[in-house]
Amino acid sequence: MSEKVDSDFLVTLQSGDRQAFAKLVEETSTQIYRTARQILGDEQDAEDVLQETYMKALKALPTFEGRSSISTWLHRIAVNEALMLIRKRKTPMVSVDDNMPFDSDEESSGMEIVDFCCLPEKELLTSESRQFMDQAVQRLPETLKTVFVLRDLEGLSIQETADVMQITENNVKTRLLRARLRLRQELAGYYAEKVEKEKSK
Amino acid sequence: MSKHVHTGKCSAMLGDLSEYIDGSLQAEICAQIEEHMKTCDNCRVVVNTLRKTVELYEHCSDNVELPGEVKERLFAKLELNDYLSKADTSK
Repeated sequence: MSEKVDSDFLVTLQSGDRQAFAKLVEETSTQIYRTARQILGDEQDAEDVLQETYMKALKALPTFEGRSSISTWLHRIAVNEALMLIRKRKTPMVSVDDNMPFDSDEESSGMEIVDFCCLPEKELLTSESRQFMDQAVQRLPETLKTVFVLRDLEGLSIQETADVMQITENNVKTRLLRARLRLRQELAGYYAEKVEKEKSK
Repeated sequence: MSKHVHTGKCSAMLGDLSEYIDGSLQAEICAQIEEHMKTCDNCRVVVNTLRKTVELYEHCSDNVELPGEVKERLFAKLELNDYLSKADTSK
């Protein structure tokens, strides 16, 4: 949605136009559902968050000031709902280093060197490997996972991700790098055996 | 499989890798990384597999759709049933 369309559309939405709200839900609900599902790793939880997001948005629309795009605002509500649900259900997975400056020496120690780029696409994307990839995302601490989901899976920009999470762009970049390196490490371990097999062919 | 025994240079470039693979890093630092990779196979593998990791996830993320029944329940909850397109729910 362009800025101008966004602002005209917002006026219509704030006037209580039901059709405009239906259009908003129609256009954004897939992305919101996907974001919630990827953060929570559970379809039912994602549906709960999806519904709660639009219920809250409907209620808060009259006071929404339009400082961010509607889509960013919806993502912020959804992410907060998802994180709240996680916190309610379990002891939070606190990652002490999430806001610490990036430590190259620490992050690079024990790094797996497996060149899995050489594997054919069909080997890289089997249903089993997709499942492993999903589980690897779920194993990330929430703060890293949320940034990774918003930036790399949902394609939000660094600035949009920072707006959703209400953190600085530098903080987004650091968390994103950590998340990517951890996932790379997990995939390197996972594909190692396949790479060995491929080499011996 | 081997473990990366890194040098000071390898460590120094690690913090820039995310922006490097996104193409948002300053040209001068990109050139330093590329120069380093010419002589460091380990770092070349790390960069390539990091890029591949992001590509694989981007590829998989497109496949998650909003199931028709979830959409129906959402519209019902929001009392928007009248605006739910029949064509959309038949997916």
